[in-house]
Amino acid sequence: MADAPALTEAAAAREARRKDPSAMLKVTGLKRYFDVSAPWLNRVIERQPRQILKAVDGIDFSIGRGETFGLVGESGCGKSTVARLIVGLYGPSDGSIELEGRDIAGLTRKQMAPMRRRLQMIFQDPYASLNPRWRVRDIIAEPIRAFGLASGPKAIERRVGELLEFVKLNPRDGEKYPHEFSGGQRQRISIARALASEPEFLVCDEPTSALDVSVQAQILNLMKDLQRELGLTYLFISHNLAVVYHISDRVGVMYLGKLAEVAASKTLFTTPRHPYTRLLLDTIPDLDMTGRERMPVAGEVPNPITPPPGCTFHPRCPFANDRCRAEIPQPRPLGDGAIVACHGVEEGRIPEGPPLALPPKPEGLD
Amino acid sequence: MALLEVNNLVVEFPTRKGTLTAVDDISLHIDQGEVLGVVGESGAGKSMTGAAIIGLLEPPGRVAGGQITLDGQRIDNLPYEQMRRIRGKKIGAIFQDPLTSLNPLYSIGRQLTETIETHTDMTPTQARERAIELLTEVGIPAPARRVDQYPHQFSGGMRQRVVIALALCVNPRLIIADEPTTALDVSIQAQIIALLKKLCREHGTAVMLVTHDMGVIAETADRVAVMYAGRIAEIGPVREVIKNAKHPYTHGLMGSIPAIGHESERLEQIPGAMPRLTDIPRGCAFNPRCPHEFGKCGELRPDLLPVEDSQVSCWLYDGQDGRNIDASKKLVAETKADARLEATNG
Repeated sequence: MADAPALTEAAAAREARRKDPSAMLKVTGLKRYFDVSAPWLNRVIERQPRQILKAVDGIDFSIGRGETFGLVGESGCGKSTVARLIVGLYGPSDGSIELEGRDIAGLTRKQMAPMRRRLQMIFQDPYASLNPRWRVRDIIAEPIRAFGLASGPKAIERRVGELLEFVKLNPRDGEKYPHEFSGGQRQRISIARALASEPEFLVCDEPTSALDVSVQAQILNLMKDLQRELGLTYLFISHNLAVVYHISDRVGVMYLGKLAEVAASKTLFTTPRHPYTRLLLDTIPDLDMTGRERMPVAGEVPNPITPPPGCTFHPRCPFANDRCRAEIPQPRPLGDGAIVACHGVEEGRIPEGPPLALPPKPEGLD
Repeated sequence: MALLEVNNLVVEFPTRKGTLTAVDDISLHIDQGEVLGVVGESGAGKSMTGAAIIGLLEPPGRVAGGQITLDGQRIDNLPYEQMRRIRGKKIGAIFQDPLTSLNPLYSIGRQLTETIETHTDMTPTQARERAIELLTEVGIPAPARRVDQYPHQFSGGMRQRVVIALALCVNPRLIIADEPTTALDVSIQAQIIALLKKLCREHGTAVMLVTHDMGVIAETADRVAVMYAGRIAEIGPVREVIKNAKHPYTHGLMGSIPAIGHESERLEQIPGAMPRLTDIPRGCAFNPRCPHEFGKCGELRPDLLPVEDSQVSCWLYDGQDGRNIDASKKLVAETKADARLEATNG
């Protein structure tokens, strides 16, 4: 890894930044709608209305410098759309995305270019996100060349070697092609490529979902190390709650394009407030084999094109009443910094419920 | 007597570059009504074992040795036609992706009745009634209406329920479930696990549950086999394997699973990756990654040795080498302490 002095310097710089209270990324009222209507002629003949899929429907959150913000939810809840909105792969339908106070949502391609350097993404599938015809060194060098971060082939080569060492690969691996690597090694290459432009903010969309658990542990440890050394800020998206718990400082739970609950990781997992969060936590298979009874959960995520009125979770919610079926709940801050969008929690009519007993790690393992 | 018995099973893939051994001399058994979990990382040979038992190995894969006995009848050497009968009647199969297990052009009802009529002598009307009954049993709402719908009209979780109904059509003795919940969301996964458990309790069906998810195994299985590089590393009662892992690989695997409520900066990690089938190391396949590796490990392949309630294939537990269980346990505990120390310092 890097030399010791550089390391401590980076750590000191990170410490200084950590104290900086201003948010690195602030998302306000972010929306992204997709038009999924039938073609015009069909609509006219079959008298069908336009159909709008509200993939992301008004969400707010902010991420502090050096922080890891986890985003969880089931498939189709819009978490990947959020990732793509933030790095600018989609334009938002409404709302703003501020990177250090500057709105990047409405920027033109040209204005966006310097912002892109600071904002990189790691994708889920390391088999699909690396060009099979490029050597690894060219894959990693592309951002360096594109942003002019090093001049001359020698300097670029040195930088690529450094990046490969950062992710615990051999600098000589640069000569190889992606197919010569295993899934975990490919994900390391993706990380090296993302780091090549010296970003401050990484959007990680399910970076370990395609990997085996032992390899996942290696990648998660690597990501934590890199964060400590380089002072990176992460938006970490995953459907795996245990992974999100392990890596995140704060967590947002998404359901059908909206944030149900945002709270510090520990708070969210020890005292989940929103009934959906509680449902999610309750469904995790439990390695401890306590044989505890689960809350019977019926139903599935509804069709996002025609979401239920009111709170979108009400058809599956055991605490739903008439207000839930009619009025959309707004996110409200609670005392301990958690933000919950639920009428029941607001009115205090949801039984506090025993805070989910946290299973200790199986004996003989710690 | 065990319902299914697999003895010294070897599955090979002849290729131009030589023969690859995907499953290398494994033996296991499943009792009636028992759920045997088979875990391992990709490439460990767990799905191959399942495919070999139902006789659905993709060519050029072939069973190169060993015996598979179901209910006292040897089934690994049966001609295709006979095996086909057994497959529907005595062994049911559930695969990972419910969409590829169902024919998109046939209604759900037709797919169910086809299977029922092939394996029983029910009339079409009776078969249809049975189909509706099965859909009710796996928890599909409005089964009488849904039976005439097509797979694309069902959601992922509902499709997997249909696949389970399909596997249960003729009350099989054994179900091979290969990653049945992997393609599903967590809340649906819990529903499917609960359903599988309920069904095998009620019907006394034995299940071989192949998955990479330790959580699913912990919830569902009675016994578990941990596979590594085509071999069984450890097999035993699920509680024993999870809480008191004996093989260093099982240990590393359990430590690398992030758990909610477990405070640690770093996860335990096993260095390196599972070897490719082309270069499985000599001796114990895990020896290059093993923190306890010693002389013998790189030379000789360990057999499964009984240790407490489990069976473990690891030389650490071979008393003849001057090491005994207590010593090796101490060794395991020491490395864990070292790893913790490193984690806190780092």
